[in-house]
Amino acid sequence: MSGTAANIARIEGAGKIDRTRPLAFTFNGRKLQGYAGDTLASALLANGIHLVARSFKYHRPRGMLTAGNEEPNALVQLERGPYTEPNLRATEIELYEGLDASSVNCFPNVQFDLRAINGLASSILVAGFYNKTFMWPKGFWKKVYEPALRAAAGLGVAPDSPDPDTYDRMHWHCDVLVVGAGPAGLSASLQAGRRGVRTVIVEEAPEAGGSLLQRPATIDGVAGTEWASKAFAELDAMPNVLFLCRTSVFGYYDHNYLMAVEHRTDHLGPGRSPGVARKRLWHFRAKRVVLATGAHERPIVFGNNDLPGIVLANAACTYATRYGVSLGKCGVAFVNNDHGFALALETQAVARNIAMIIDPRPDPDDALVKRAAALGVRVLCNSVIATAHGWNRVSSVDICPTRGTGLARLECDHVLVSGGLNPAVHLYSQAPGKLRYDANLACFLPDQCIQTVEVAGALNARFSLDSALEDGALAGKRTLHTLGQAVDAGAPAEAKDELHILPVWSVQAQLGLKLPGKHFVDYQNDVTEADILLASREGFRSVEHTKRYTTTGMATDQGKTSNVIGLAILAASLGKPIPEVGTTTFRPPFTPVTFGAIAGRDRGSLSDPVRTTPMHAWHVDNGAVFEDVGQWKRPWYFPKPGEDLHAAVARETKALRTTAGVMDATTLGKIDIQGADAAEFLNRVYTNAWTKLAVGSCRYGVMCRPDGMVMDDGVTARLADDRFLMTTTTGNAARVLDWLEEWLQTEWPELEVYCTTVTEQWATTAVVGPNARKILKALAPDMDFSNAAFPFMTFREGVVAGLAARVFRISFNGELSYEINVPSWHGLALWRAVIEAGKPHGLTPYGTETMHVARAEKGYIIIGQETDGTVTPQDVGLEWAVSKQKDFIGKRSFSRSDTARAGRKQLVGLLPQDKAFVAPEGSHLVASPERSTFDPRLGSPSIGHITSSYYSPNLESAFALALIANGRAMHGKTVYCSQGSGLKPMTVTDPVFIDKEGKRRDGID
Amino acid sequence: MTASTDRVSPLENWTARFAAASATPVQFSIREVAFATHINLRVDAAAFGAKVRAVLGCDLPVVANTWTTGGECSAIWLGPDEWLVVAPDGRNESFCADLRTALSGVHHAVTDLSANRTMLEIAGSDARVALAKGCPLDLHGSAFKPPQSAQSLLAKSQVLLQCVDANPVIRVFVRNSFAAYVAEWLLDAAAELAASRNLDTPRIANRLA
Repeated sequence: MSGTAANIARIEGAGKIDRTRPLAFTFNGRKLQGYAGDTLASALLANGIHLVARSFKYHRPRGMLTAGNEEPNALVQLERGPYTEPNLRATEIELYEGLDASSVNCFPNVQFDLRAINGLASSILVAGFYNKTFMWPKGFWKKVYEPALRAAAGLGVAPDSPDPDTYDRMHWHCDVLVVGAGPAGLSASLQAGRRGVRTVIVEEAPEAGGSLLQRPATIDGVAGTEWASKAFAELDAMPNVLFLCRTSVFGYYDHNYLMAVEHRTDHLGPGRSPGVARKRLWHFRAKRVVLATGAHERPIVFGNNDLPGIVLANAACTYATRYGVSLGKCGVAFVNNDHGFALALETQAVARNIAMIIDPRPDPDDALVKRAAALGVRVLCNSVIATAHGWNRVSSVDICPTRGTGLARLECDHVLVSGGLNPAVHLYSQAPGKLRYDANLACFLPDQCIQTVEVAGALNARFSLDSALEDGALAGKRTLHTLGQAVDAGAPAEAKDELHILPVWSVQAQLGLKLPGKHFVDYQNDVTEADILLASREGFRSVEHTKRYTTTGMATDQGKTSNVIGLAILAASLGKPIPEVGTTTFRPPFTPVTFGAIAGRDRGSLSDPVRTTPMHAWHVDNGAVFEDVGQWKRPWYFPKPGEDLHAAVARETKALRTTAGVMDATTLGKIDIQGADAAEFLNRVYTNAWTKLAVGSCRYGVMCRPDGMVMDDGVTARLADDRFLMTTTTGNAARVLDWLEEWLQTEWPELEVYCTTVTEQWATTAVVGPNARKILKALAPDMDFSNAAFPFMTFREGVVAGLAARVFRISFNGELSYEINVPSWHGLALWRAVIEAGKPHGLTPYGTETMHVARAEKGYIIIGQETDGTVTPQDVGLEWAVSKQKDFIGKRSFSRSDTARAGRKQLVGLLPQDKAFVAPEGSHLVASPERSTFDPRLGSPSIGHITSSYYSPNLESAFALALIANGRAMHGKTVYCSQGSGLKPMTVTDPVFIDKEGKRRDGID
Repeated sequence: MTASTDRVSPLENWTARFAAASATPVQFSIREVAFATHINLRVDAAAFGAKVRAVLGCDLPVVANTWTTGGECSAIWLGPDEWLVVAPDGRNESFCADLRTALSGVHHAVTDLSANRTMLEIAGSDARVALAKGCPLDLHGSAFKPPQSAQSLLAKSQVLLQCVDANPVIRVFVRNSFAAYVAEWLLDAAAELAASRNLDTPRIANRLA
């Protein structure tokens, strides 16, 4: 077969496709042709291809059921390689030149699927199958059952290489957001747009029109499509109107916050719009929302109702009128309402292929019946389709009278079904809006919503064109009125359209007969009427439980065609009216959204801010390996060629204690605290006293939460009587500022204190080690660095390397140490000068790892490492910094029985008996290597854990800090570190390993 | 031993990229405005605004999210008792000293933050759209215009936005360590808008103007 030309099912002269622009595409490896304006679904049908997919569980042959976003069957894998995307609905894919799609979930191919054998086993593949079957043996689930089931049941294949496309995001505010550009949505939009208010119209189709594109119509004397085009043109020309097509609103959140995904280049084909974001995620904040989302037609459940060729009436009409595609030569329609009846006739008017309308009602609308006669369509009332037959495509149906028995078989090659309409209440329900069941129309309708939203058109049960247009205009006017525009909102139109529907949810239930074949409710998850009835028999009463047990409505289509039918069948089996059973909750997303669209531009280097210090360029140039500390990149260590972490840290640590080291300490949080009550404020937030601290001096402080647990620590300097500079740990800077503001604003508003973050005003270079004083002298010849003139825990201002600087003599490692602060714009220059000045003195740049080792050698804690929110200052040996006199946050908690008790975990040092053993941080410690005599499987209980653990070249041994129950009383004892299969003995020591006397911090004058 | 006294701005190395992104300034331009004087001022403006005015020549705005200008300075509202005073490069020390003198005895805080942030100035018809890609505020020309300012997020960075011209010219104040991220983000946003010029950029820009 030549393949490309065949369009055998195209109707001469019909449809709005562009026959001058043929498009070649490939489906399951077959080369085919469609036209511009086709969807993949319409192009496949035009080529006579109905079988496009296999079902999820039974691998039954499936074709297009719908022509829109509610499609449950026709899922395809689009494109290959990095551009591939699984599980897209063929009914929504616009055809482009070179499109390449294939069926999902079939093996070896869609025509002949080996797993269709599941259909024979269907009596055991019932609701709750997994829960009932794969219970034993226990270990089999993860290793055997789950992988096998996933392989058998999966849908499409996720791409396995990086996505070459880019994605985007946009925030947008408007007065009125209209969702849906069908007749009602356009009508409402024209009201809003012409008034000049900021309006956004979002339409998921490529063009405006909604139902006007799906069936013939006339408005104001012109064709419906023409009216829609004109309305679009008028609105799109307005500077106050943003009209977005190919955009799907998928979520409706609080405060009229709606999210939509715009498919900007999908219709052009992959890789053809370089630099243009493929999808854009819109975040709308609307003062008012008008929902005109239309309605979905729903099927009727009968035997083998899932055969390819069985479609919704609306879909058949759309394929004929919009795409000029005939679904076959001989069709029958099975409808239970006037709307579906009319759609069958519209289809016949274009496609001339409907032989008969089968209607369970005794008395369809007279005018429709007459029109049927005029179009040559037989009408069979009081009848239903009981079962369809066929192999890969429907070939006949059994027709049965609603009263009495007797089946008549009718040959046909396609079937139109209309079981009524489900207004698309999804977004309204998300808002959240309440729904009510309308027994007359046999559907759920919007009822009450807590947000300022109007509904219009078919969503509001205005199913006919005239009433939809009127309803849209009224919704627009009401919206403008609530926005304060001088518009007469008018009275809401009361009359609803009549469907004259005779609800038939299930033919079996209607006839009271057991009929052959499978009776599908949820096509995508392969849930049948029998599954729901089984769930009911097994005691499921709640619709929410039944949904989860049977998986009705839980597929990617969110049950757009199945939910209402499923709950109606459940209600009937429980003998309850439908409203009493109620609906399940509708949740975002209305249609699936790709991860790419959600990630947007937050990818690669933009996935999270990378914060760097002014000295960063030097660190990079000098080979630093970086560590992430919050969002900061801090040098972790500076390896020389051939060095690993351990070698580099050994060298850096040694230098710091024998010559000198230099570290970039810019990231420490800094808060400028000013005001007459600043000292009193610090007294309250820190555990120690601050009022007597002299100007020019510094003090270490610990902050607790009200529960008495350590929250942060740092050194604070008194710049003036009424001014302090507080430092915080790097990761806690923002949190501590918030904490201070919270207490100031909510508890102590009477204190005259202002806090200002100055973290990034200053660049900080720490010069550490025995030679630090020599280096500082070289840098600042005019400053006196003697112990007498510039003692420990003071700061001085002066000129360092020609730059105005503030130098703190504080130490986080026990060595003589100066922290030089200059405005950040001088940070790099100062750093370079320090490096230069340090050259004769063995100055070695070091990173956070060496900082950690050096501070641990001195037993200095790190917040978040030695503390975890359950540790008091006393636990970590900081009772010296806890005032007994004044009050402060957390003080009262120290008298709680648990915080005051003996035997709490306390900070200790540990030296492993095997000096090379660096215990993993977090390791548990036990007091004895013995096993429990009570249960030999158990060791002795944990008495604590290791909080920090390193190798120290200065100690020539590994060492650790740990929190151990009653640890201070255990110095000299042996504990055991639980380590894989064995236990490693470690000796408990004081946490200060180096220079217990504290002589090193003053250096040699 | 002395260091270079030349100051280094956070985006010093970005000049070429900024120039390239500003090739058609009617649509988009971006530049760094470095080293301006930034002073964070906290005081009760109702009682002591006149003292501040005497120093700065500028009223402190009392309407939330607005800025005023006067003398050499502009003052941006940050909170009911907090402003950012922006002045030409080099005025930080004298203004800080003069403010402290003028406000002595009054509860206040004067903090020199000139080296704490840098400023990105963006302009052109795409500028609002570029920001709208990452800022949740309403940036429509009718909603964000002089003398408005706003503290918000731009993507994942805290920013202070100042609309200095409706045309628009918008200043993005960003802390030093976030400056490279914000610059990269803005250039990426602008590049996408440029690539989409034939698709929808003018339409969207026009509707945000």
